[in-house]
Amino acid sequence: MSKKPVLYSLASLLVLASVLLSACGAPATPAAPPPTEAPTTAAPAAPATTAPTEAPVAAGPSCGTDPVVMNVYFETGFDDIVKLTEEFTKQYPNVTWDIKQDQFANLINETPRVLAGDNPPDIIRLPTFVSFAKQGLLMNLDKYATEFGWNDWPVPLQFARMDADGIRGSGTLYAMGLNYQLTGVFYNKKLAAQIGMTEPPKTVAEFDDLLAKAKAGGLQPIMEWGSAKSGMGLAFPLQQLMAAYGPTQPINDWIFQKKGATIDAPSNLKAAQHLQDWIQKGYFPPDINAIEYTDAAARFGKGEGVFTFNGDWQNAGYDKDMAGNVGFFLMPPAEAGGQPAAMSGPLTYGVAATAKHADCAAFFFNWIGTNDTARQINVQYGGSNPGGPAGASIPSVPAGSVTAETLAGGPKVGTNAMDFIANATSSIFAQGWTPELQKMVGGKQDAAGLLKAVQAEYERELAQQ
Amino acid sequence: MVTLDNRPAASVASRRTSLNRGVRRETIVGWLFVVPALGMYAVFVLLPLLLTILYSFYRWNGVGPMAWVGLKNYVTVFQVPDLIGTIVNAFWLVVWFSFIPVGLGLVVASVIHRVATGRLGEIARTVLFLPQVIPLVAAGIIWGWLLALPGLINQILKAVGLAAFARAWLGDFDWALPAVGMIGIWVLLGFCTVLLLTGMTKVDPALYESARMDGAGWLQEFLAITVPLLRYEIGVCLTVTVIAALAAFDIVYVATAGGPGNSTAVPGIQIYMIAFTQRAVGLASALAVLLMILVVVVIIPIQRLSRESAE
Repeated sequence: MSKKPVLYSLASLLVLASVLLSACGAPATPAAPPPTEAPTTAAPAAPATTAPTEAPVAAGPSCGTDPVVMNVYFETGFDDIVKLTEEFTKQYPNVTWDIKQDQFANLINETPRVLAGDNPPDIIRLPTFVSFAKQGLLMNLDKYATEFGWNDWPVPLQFARMDADGIRGSGTLYAMGLNYQLTGVFYNKKLAAQIGMTEPPKTVAEFDDLLAKAKAGGLQPIMEWGSAKSGMGLAFPLQQLMAAYGPTQPINDWIFQKKGATIDAPSNLKAAQHLQDWIQKGYFPPDINAIEYTDAAARFGKGEGVFTFNGDWQNAGYDKDMAGNVGFFLMPPAEAGGQPAAMSGPLTYGVAATAKHADCAAFFFNWIGTNDTARQINVQYGGSNPGGPAGASIPSVPAGSVTAETLAGGPKVGTNAMDFIANATSSIFAQGWTPELQKMVGGKQDAAGLLKAVQAEYERELAQQ
Repeated sequence: MVTLDNRPAASVASRRTSLNRGVRRETIVGWLFVVPALGMYAVFVLLPLLLTILYSFYRWNGVGPMAWVGLKNYVTVFQVPDLIGTIVNAFWLVVWFSFIPVGLGLVVASVIHRVATGRLGEIARTVLFLPQVIPLVAAGIIWGWLLALPGLINQILKAVGLAAFARAWLGDFDWALPAVGMIGIWVLLGFCTVLLLTGMTKVDPALYESARMDGAGWLQEFLAITVPLLRYEIGVCLTVTVIAALAAFDIVYVATAGGPGNSTAVPGIQIYMIAFTQRAVGLASALAVLLMILVVVVIIPIQRLSRESAE
């Protein structure tokens, strides 16, 4: 009898251990939905020019005429892809969809098992792909890129490629971007007018002036999220400042894990110091370390915050909460006349190496970029540049909507597009940026220490691979 | 629950074989009753335990091939950022998840036992036990709202003139851990109270009566009768709640996910992150094995104390 508690205690402990570690078990706790994954892979966003043309008729891979049930695995909260599947079935009635959806964190954790399982998905949302590609779990899409002419599309796909050494940026195509997200600064037009902003700032210094005016005027200068559950939103302004103070290539090299790449560079230190200065001046909410992503978006929508750093995936939400009152500009460069930079990249989807309907999946990818209705749906629900071939139709957007502004912003970034520093390794966001930036907010970390700590974590994780 | 009691077999050893056969049948039937539970225990507890120990000697991402690395994972574990910090946090949680619920539970149970035996006692017990029934994830989200800067708790503080104390409780480096601890108290107090109350009903009322005749007050009764006679139940409470603290995962994960800046990170969170986000299953297994050893080392003295006193 007196043994029972020991057994009981061991049992509870082991159940925990088994839940945590059993490779076939799903994570026990539904994770918070952090749609902060921003760009997963980046490509200079350049929307189609003029002259709508007919979508190329697929001569090669297609969905055939026999009934096909596509097995697909999407990320919860992205309506655009679901609407696209519905439209596709209208146009190709032999194709129906078996859609499974998961929150971002669960999706990330489940992806390797789903890809390796005995019901491999024909299409899967892939926030990151390098480790899966290395393990041979993803289909090489090069032949489809050649057949459909994806390589000639103005928005290049190099960031969805990986070379033989496992370095992203060139080589084999493992994923397809369905639209091209863009990040930058959203602002509340009424509050901006209140602080005398007549046009978007042209330099970091001008932006600083506006922030100081907002603070002096008793307004919340910047609304941002920062809880560990959502992932620290200050990574957005930090990376924007990095790109303002230095070139974007070394930042991408670091994200793509090129040998010898470091985030602890002088220009990044300047950026981190600038961010620390913003924190110390009280430009961010005092409770930022406890604010969830959705709460930050809601509070900004209610008028708390003149500016917020975010991406165009939030367009629909902002347009709904503050119709006609929300604007967007790209983070300005340090020097007047410099080229603006942004985290920008395709929302990537891949095909399992052993997928049964790979041809149909590739046909669907191509259809999204080329079909007029699909492009319209993509912009309406996704809020981002739909990519596709040069000369594809330009979807119409409601005048005055923030989507019109973000779509116009893409071409200005051009080759200055970056992937997101939170995507460098699978847990650099959770184990590096988030805790270290939270410490900076709490006055327990400085700019130099932040970069050193994140670089050390980066090297530790790479050594584990 | 069926126990593997061999007393009948021993006592009938000298009897006739027909009886012996009956006993054997009884033993077999007994085993049959145990088999389903034993099977579940083996599949869901013993097997994962052995696999976890096995994984801890390999480098493995959960899907691809496994590579034997010997004890390397156990060396690397100590490079996990803030590992010592997470263990210190876990011991801090023992105060909140274990000492306070058990201490407070004793007081509350004793009050209910003494003054509220009827309907009021039932209501009090139900209300206190309710958090055990509410899904922890839902509760964690609601606590997140309550403890947020614009949340109810800060509004109350402001209303009573304590605006200076208002803060984002779960985002504050000094207050996040105590705030998580408060959620722990809310969850575990009812469990301890009900368990201790059940123990109290077993105590002979004559003991209390004679103590009262001798002029003992509530406090003396509590210290001289209630606490010593409930040592066994207290031991059970401590065991369960100390494990809840050291192996904490769910409450912390839904409340803060370890933030801000790892100030509420506990080993359970690190194991989850390393296994499922970083996909270093071997390393996470090594940390899990070390955590298990740590828990066993802490629990054994508690067990020994409560067993000795119970005997």
